Amino acid sequence: MTAVAQTQRETGLTGNSAIAYAMMQINPDVCPAYPITPSTSVIEEFSSYVADGKVETELIPTESEHSAMSAGVGASAAGARVMTATSAQGLALMWEMLYIASGMRLPIILTDVNRALSAPINIHCDHSDTMGARDSGWLQLYSETVQEAYDNLIMAVRIAEDKRVQLPIMVCLDGFITSHAIENISLLSTEAVQGFVGEYTPDSALLNVENPATFGAMTLPYAYMPLKKQQSDAMTASKPVVEEIAAEFALLSGRNYGLLEEYKLDDAEVAIVVLNSSAGTVKDAVDTLRAQGKKVGALKPRLYRPFPHAEIAKALSGKKAVCVLDRADSMNGFGGPLFTDIRSALYSDANRPQIIDRIYGLGGADFRVNDALGVFDELFKVQETGQVDELIKYLTV
Amino acid sequence: MVKNKDFTMLDAKDLPLGGVLPDAGSAEEYETGGWRKLRPIFDPEKCIDCLTCWVMCPDSAIYVEDDKIAGYDLDHCKGCGICAEVCPDKVQAITMVEEEN
Repeated sequence: MTAVAQTQRETGLTGNSAIAYAMMQINPDVCPAYPITPSTSVIEEFSSYVADGKVETELIPTESEHSAMSAGVGASAAGARVMTATSAQGLALMWEMLYIASGMRLPIILTDVNRALSAPINIHCDHSDTMGARDSGWLQLYSETVQEAYDNLIMAVRIAEDKRVQLPIMVCLDGFITSHAIENISLLSTEAVQGFVGEYTPDSALLNVENPATFGAMTLPYAYMPLKKQQSDAMTASKPVVEEIAAEFALLSGRNYGLLEEYKLDDAEVAIVVLNSSAGTVKDAVDTLRAQGKKVGALKPRLYRPFPHAEIAKALSGKKAVCVLDRADSMNGFGGPLFTDIRSALYSDANRPQIIDRIYGLGGADFRVNDALGVFDELFKVQETGQVDELIKYLTV
Repeated sequence: MVKNKDFTMLDAKDLPLGGVLPDAGSAEEYETGGWRKLRPIFDPEKCIDCLTCWVMCPDSAIYVEDDKIAGYDLDHCKGCGICAEVCPDKVQAITMVEEEN
């Protein structure tokens, strides 16, 4: 059980406790869930809030994640605000329903505590679960810290339900590293969170008996394709909404979030791109090298879907050498998902840098400051020679 | 329901969000009787008005008036033959015949 004192705004919390606490503050209508490591304690703690009467949420313990997301789709179509959490195989079992949720434009809010996909079975952190869902039509926000995960989840509600968006959203944080480590966090008051997220009022809902509607009807090609365009347009249109809501959130919390975080990147000649908790490790390496006068920097995308391709290309344009760190391999023979996206985003930039991909941290493998320093050493060599010896490589193996 | 009898590509702007159909029960407007290969022929002389066929018809395509079978909605009957199948053996008031076209 979380040790949050109701009156205290500054506290130490694990990532999962912070997510459960944010869910309590948001007070969703329905939470269908099937707990799985390492996201288990999100649902465990949230169910305590339900049992203690702190929320009015209908908690539905399902028999699988496929059922959890199915119940989520039904409840969301009925007009409910739906939140759930999962990891790895749980997200994989939701696969079919992820596409149904996005295609039906249901703004379901899911926390994924990143964990490696089996086989071999492994419960530790990597991004293969959410990377596999990157093209499922869900927005994806990644979180470096407990604070960012908490803040992302609160913003996620507004982004997903915005009339210009109306798409499901995934908030991702690193399994065990962020989910189970206690960090200092500044909490908003429940009143402030309630005021920020507001009420969910869908235009059509199954429970709206005044205006009955049909959901999930079959479409023939002449309607399927334009509906996909409609969905794709909404995905594109969501990018400025993410920025707009972050600006509004900054007024409330004093914390600023962009689509990307640029760390000492402005005058950097070489840079590392990395998602989630390892950004902290890379920033440490940047500080070490900056102290030696080396022009290095880091780029941490916070929004990954929709992919902020123009913003990333702008941030990396003119750098001499860039390494993309991927905590998942696409198994496509051409590197990790973040690498192929970023390399593609840079294609039409006249001042594009040399770029390499390094796969790291699979199945919870350690990625230390020394490993980040090793990557910078490789980048210095690329900068010096202008040559890339190894385009794609697994680190620390 | 979006009317589109000539199957031309629709404009994304004209479609409701996520394909939600703003009218309930709009399937009635979609005439599926054209799929039919077998047509039910009903003999009112034999019918005992047990209404089993009316209950079992998956397309609600059997008309009932004053508790008696009054005929078929051929715009929606797909010719599955369930009505003929469930008609009691001793009655057999429904015969399925090949559609000519």
